[in-house]
Amino acid sequence: MSALSSLVRHARSSRAVTVCATMLLVIAMISLIGPLISNHSYFAADFDNRMLAPTMTGGHFFGTDELGRDLLARTLSGIRVTLLVAVIASLVSLGIGVLYGAVAGYIGGRVDGFMMRIVDGLYALPFIFFVILLMVAFGRSMLLILIAIGAINWLDMARIVRGQTISLKQRAFVDAARLIGVSTRGIIFRHITPNLLGVVVVYMTLAIPQAILMESFLSFLGLGIQAPQTSLGALVSDGVSQMEQASWLLVIPAVALAVILLCFNFLGDGLRDLVDPKGNT
Amino acid sequence: MLRYAFARILGAIPTLLLVIAIAFLMVHAAPGGPFDSERVLPPDIKENIERAYHLDETLPQQFYRYIKGVVRGDLGPSYRYRDFSVSELIAGAIPVTMRIGALAILLALIVGISAGLIAALRRNTVLDRLVTGIAMIGISVPVFVFAPLMVLVFAVTLKWLPASYTGSDGADRLLLPVIALAMPQIAFIARLTRASLIDVMNSDYVRTAKAQGLKTLSIVRYHAFRPAMLPLISYLGPAFAAVLTGSVVVEHVFGVPGVGRFLITASANRDYTLVLGITVFYAAMVVFLNLVVDLLYAFVDPRVRTR
Repeated sequence: MSALSSLVRHARSSRAVTVCATMLLVIAMISLIGPLISNHSYFAADFDNRMLAPTMTGGHFFGTDELGRDLLARTLSGIRVTLLVAVIASLVSLGIGVLYGAVAGYIGGRVDGFMMRIVDGLYALPFIFFVILLMVAFGRSMLLILIAIGAINWLDMARIVRGQTISLKQRAFVDAARLIGVSTRGIIFRHITPNLLGVVVVYMTLAIPQAILMESFLSFLGLGIQAPQTSLGALVSDGVSQMEQASWLLVIPAVALAVILLCFNFLGDGLRDLVDPKGNT
Repeated sequence: MLRYAFARILGAIPTLLLVIAIAFLMVHAAPGGPFDSERVLPPDIKENIERAYHLDETLPQQFYRYIKGVVRGDLGPSYRYRDFSVSELIAGAIPVTMRIGALAILLALIVGISAGLIAALRRNTVLDRLVTGIAMIGISVPVFVFAPLMVLVFAVTLKWLPASYTGSDGADRLLLPVIALAMPQIAFIARLTRASLIDVMNSDYVRTAKAQGLKTLSIVRYHAFRPAMLPLISYLGPAFAAVLTGSVVVEHVFGVPGVGRFLITASANRDYTLVLGITVFYAAMVVFLNLVVDLLYAFVDPRVRTR
């Protein structure tokens, strides 16, 4: 755990990291607490109050959409779904990436060469089109989105983890473990993976915006999250069709999405600079 | 060089086959047939339709037939546009997609490299912070957020430019789609150029040049610029892929009649063969462009060839 705690201590000293992390936490908290306080639901239509512009008074702070649904409640719900999908999908990619990278890095040699050749090959493929194909062929389910995004995003993680593992396995404690007869699997799971935690956390903060991007891209095209549920991408897509009459339906979810992505990218960048000062784009 | 090129081209073939196989299997593993509908067809009519589209054959037979078609540039018939083949539909849409994509890449290279060079040479000044800050926004804000906001500002509110591609005949209809598509690439290229030039300017031979009294600008021009462009060449592959992906969004938002728009309508119609055809086409494009980039890199940097 020392890798993680030293990361946290370093991170506190960086202003950009602190500000972004705080903002993300606040946004997540509001999206979770909001529905408990608000008396509008994100799905209930109200035909007497359609297309209301945002006002400070009157109860609809962000206005309403073409069915009279409260945009504040919808945006909060969208943030919740978007963040949830992104975090779970990133955990899926993290699982695959860490396992793949640690095995390749620890075993090394020809196995490593072969496994990394596969990763290189996969890098060149335009996965997003396969995801579109998958959604068209199998219908649009949340589970499928999670698996599809997770299955794509593990490549970066595998590379990073492999590099880290190669440097870890030359350390004395790994030799010591091997000496007393710990199995290869035991070394990878009990001695290598825990020490990867710091790096993994950093790259997870960079994987989450990737996942957000992919989910909202799919939802924007109508292939992702389906009504009555909504996500920020789906809200932006709705807003596009209404922008001439009701610009707030586009601007508010678009700004929310942009702010969240910006925060994650700044956070990830800042954290990466702390772990790996020479690492560039 | 020739040997390297030959090996790389041969290496691309299995990748392409694998891509086609995955896409083909995905579509064929889909539950329900393409002609299932609420209205139940009489069995002999259904049989006729299935025979016409070779759906009565076994999966390997169908795959073999498909691959044979792909080699000849035939991606099969569209299930929804009855009078057109998938290849005809894609071929008709390619020019406009290509034009917008190529212009976006060009714009991204010109603006991105210039901004990156300025930021690197004026490091830690206000100008540098401005470039890196805008680049961060460009990287974070996705095309599908940026494009509609541009329409809202420049077309709906200010009325300077047409909101849709088909709403005008002039070159002005290209402006918004190209800028929207280029924006993230400008940002990536600016960051990459900046980082790369800073790296090169710290190298020993640049220090020697400085010690000899050369001006910064001539060091950049004669010694640092070309090596600093090397990472950019390898980024071109991902850039092409990102522009292809982005073109789907941009064509959707601006109503450009390109390949990406067909992908959207075909997904909504569940036109399996058209979606499959476009996926194979895009994948082939990406594999091909990556090949070109690799060969370009090997041409520029001889160290790659010998590996």
